[in-house]
Amino acid sequence: MNLRRLWAIMIKELRQLRRDRITLAMIMGMPVLQLVLFGYAINLNLRHLPAAVVDQAQTAGSRAAVQDLLASGVIELRATAQSPQQLIDLLREGRVSVAIAVPPDFERRKLDGREAIQVMVDGSDNVVQAAAAQLAQYPLNQPDDFHAMTEKPISVVSFYNPERRSPVNIVPGLVGVILTMTMVLFTAVAIVRETERGNMELLITTPVSRTELMIGKVLPYAAIGLVQTSMVLLLGVWLFDVPIRGSLWDVYMASSLLILANLSLGLLISTRAKSQFQAMQMTFFVFLPSILLSGFMFPYDGMPRPAQWIAELLPLTHFMRLIRGIMLRGADLGDLWQDSVALAAFIAIMLTLAIRLFHKRLD
Amino acid sequence: MSESAIHAQDLTKRFGALVAVNAVNLEVPRACVYGFLGPNGSGKSTTIRMLCGLLTPSEGDIEVLGLRIPEQAEQLKQHIGYMTQKFSLFDDLSVRQNLEFLATVQGLSRREEKTRVDDLLKRYRLDDREEQLAGTLSGGQKQRLALAGAIVHRPELLFLDEPTSAVDPESRRDFWEKLFELADEGTTILVSTHYMDEAERCHRLAILDTGNLVADGTPAELTAKLEGRTFLVRSGTPRKAKEALDDRPDVLSVAQIGNELRVLMREGDASIDSLRHHLEQAGAQAEVESVPPNLEDVFVVATRRHAAHQEQPA
Repeated sequence: MNLRRLWAIMIKELRQLRRDRITLAMIMGMPVLQLVLFGYAINLNLRHLPAAVVDQAQTAGSRAAVQDLLASGVIELRATAQSPQQLIDLLREGRVSVAIAVPPDFERRKLDGREAIQVMVDGSDNVVQAAAAQLAQYPLNQPDDFHAMTEKPISVVSFYNPERRSPVNIVPGLVGVILTMTMVLFTAVAIVRETERGNMELLITTPVSRTELMIGKVLPYAAIGLVQTSMVLLLGVWLFDVPIRGSLWDVYMASSLLILANLSLGLLISTRAKSQFQAMQMTFFVFLPSILLSGFMFPYDGMPRPAQWIAELLPLTHFMRLIRGIMLRGADLGDLWQDSVALAAFIAIMLTLAIRLFHKRLD
Repeated sequence: MSESAIHAQDLTKRFGALVAVNAVNLEVPRACVYGFLGPNGSGKSTTIRMLCGLLTPSEGDIEVLGLRIPEQAEQLKQHIGYMTQKFSLFDDLSVRQNLEFLATVQGLSRREEKTRVDDLLKRYRLDDREEQLAGTLSGGQKQRLALAGAIVHRPELLFLDEPTSAVDPESRRDFWEKLFELADEGTTILVSTHYMDEAERCHRLAILDTGNLVADGTPAELTAKLEGRTFLVRSGTPRKAKEALDDRPDVLSVAQIGNELRVLMREGDASIDSLRHHLEQAGAQAEVESVPPNLEDVFVVATRRHAAHQEQPA
């Protein structure tokens, strides 16, 4: 490998990138956009679900019970109905997702220890259903000091994220999602574009070697990946107070592993794709399972076995464990060596395959 | 060092059922401008790509600059320049950046690079545009830049694939001047074209038709073979005369040029008198004179003969 030649390819790539406004905008805009989207808009801890109430008992106790439910913050009163039938209508029309009915014999039922309040939910939305299940756990069956009643039979304590804020979970993972989304695509497209524009035919008639070409194309994007990582981390800390409990060095090491893994995957795609459009399709093929199976959205342990096997093959899964471990639990790379090794192996395999499959020929 | 720059034998390339190049034999001497003449799809680009080592031949042997291709293609790449049919330099780099990039990739040292790039910019009249993006150059400028890029490392052998298909006549003439300059300096040049006037300027020439090499030699040799078979017909009613001539079985082709008809006869003893007589009988008054054959005639004869040959049962 000739270092001067490698350098020339890198410089060329950076110069071209500087003139490519759209790609630049993607590099800078995507992290900010996703961070804001996931941080503010997408919140899996539901609050303010629209609700309607009918209180047919109208006793002091029933009013207090309704107030307690509203005070939880999960629901927000939008309508007061006159009859249970009206509640059902409101639900069906989609004007509320939760409906609470207090029957006329509320006090009697409470005394008898039967269900005293009915909560109806719009079951067409899974997340809403889960939130309503929380409501049903509200203790009502102890008649004497209903208001003082706060203890539950089972209590859940959230370690590492005591306030259960979504951004704390999401931001570390988001580093991985953004890197997966951009890095694979950029490299895949960068090489296929040269082929499409005819530059490749010129390049492969020069003495430049396959390794020089591949590595020279990949390294500038690795630097860009680190810039993106820094942006997400800075914004995460600044906007959402996301903690970095482990060492910053480990965070960057883990990110570098993921960046290289994605870049080598992008290279492999570029050796197979015939057009930029095909490269994008193939990228999407990797991106979707990464988002769904890596543990970013749904917990790994809850997935069926075959899904877990697929997840193990995806770099993002390993990165997710690494970055959450380092940032939220204060672990270091050594504690999580299996995932570091898995990523390193992925890089080695993909890069070897890519260089082998890339020929300095047109056939 | 072998005598010829390129030696190819039984060169064949198949893409599936399509035979793009069919058993071509080729001998290109050093320091000469060698032309590939043929219509689009005749296998010119495929042949050039095989000679550069970019495509693996289905059959046949190639030796370029004494190296066996495709086995020693990597070694060959330091010694050849290749100007692709489509502009293949980087649109989004400046003129100077493009040349500097190619110089480095071709292995020029830092000092050489500077002087060589300056020299090329001046020589190809791009020095006033060195900061301009290559994508914004005119057709002729792009082509000069592509040529400069292809010879930045002073290759012994230069492949040019239809270099002038997208430029105006003046740029074409100018471009050929540059090619002869390079040939004078000892560079062997293989250039493909579908322009007759360009083919006429080559030292030697091969005519390709649907993947077959149908004729080769110097332009003079090729035209000499058709001596006595080309006539010029001047008539007040050229369309009528053309119809009459088209009916004759020994007429190979009739091309109208203004009010004149250029007539190419099959091999045999065609005479001015018999033509004139034929035209009179058809009611077309005409003057007939004998004219020297040109490359277009060579091209027509070569491609027709091949087509006729193919139609015969084996």
